[in-house]
Amino acid sequence: MLVLGLYLGLVVAPPDYQMGDSYRIIFLHVPSAWLSMSSYLIMAVSAGIGLVWHLKVADLAARAIAPLGATFTFCALLTGSLWGKPTWGTYWVWDARLTSELVLLFLFFGYMALSAAIEDRRTAARASAVLALIGLINLPIIHFSVEWWNTLHQGSTVTRLGRPTMDTQMLIPLLIMFVAFNFYFAAVVLNRLRGELLVQERRTRWVRELARG
Amino acid sequence: MAEFLHMGGYAFFVWTSYAVVLALMVWHYVVPIRRVRSVLRELSMLDDDDVVREASR
Repeated sequence: MLVLGLYLGLVVAPPDYQMGDSYRIIFLHVPSAWLSMSSYLIMAVSAGIGLVWHLKVADLAARAIAPLGATFTFCALLTGSLWGKPTWGTYWVWDARLTSELVLLFLFFGYMALSAAIEDRRTAARASAVLALIGLINLPIIHFSVEWWNTLHQGSTVTRLGRPTMDTQMLIPLLIMFVAFNFYFAAVVLNRLRGELLVQERRTRWVRELARG
Repeated sequence: MAEFLHMGGYAFFVWTSYAVVLALMVWHYVVPIRRVRSVLRELSMLDDDDVVREASR
């Protein structure tokens, strides 16, 4: 699916009439940005579940998501920057959308640092969950930043109500990449969670039997 | 082909984006799989006595 999306996006879709071929970065930029925000939401919710119901798996899931979410936030910023240079003439501006996305990156880093820094696992989970929940405020700020402030970043082209303002030949690869990124995200999170669970439950019978094969 | 690689003059921006993002995605995909394998291998080398000893520590 990823391969198909890449093929359609890079080869089949025509160049944009204003931006030429540089717009092809969109096929990475938009799914990355989407995942950066949705993974933060999932992370914060499962950290919150861990906080309220003391569910160990929920804490582990939140910790499994954090590095991946940070990576996609970084990817969104990087691709945005590499796209910004040829189209806006600059790699970076302190614009509301860009700044709030950068804050999101630091929230991921803060979460990872805090949960790694505290020795006691329960305290670490509780403290970092509080941080993750407070950081949720940033999500609507990112989402609405292009509407609330006058920014360089353009408004939404895909999720607009009614007809998207994008050509089908460009929209289809974007949607395929979008779905592929989501599947990829789920697969990696589950694999990370599997490793964490095996370590945590290493003394249980089922892990012993699995290891012995 | 050369035209495709040229990306209408935006080769640097387009290909850097794709290279970095895809490399990170491959890395993130491989690491947890290898970790699961290494954890399982380590655990299979311990016998049950080791586990009891470790648990009582």
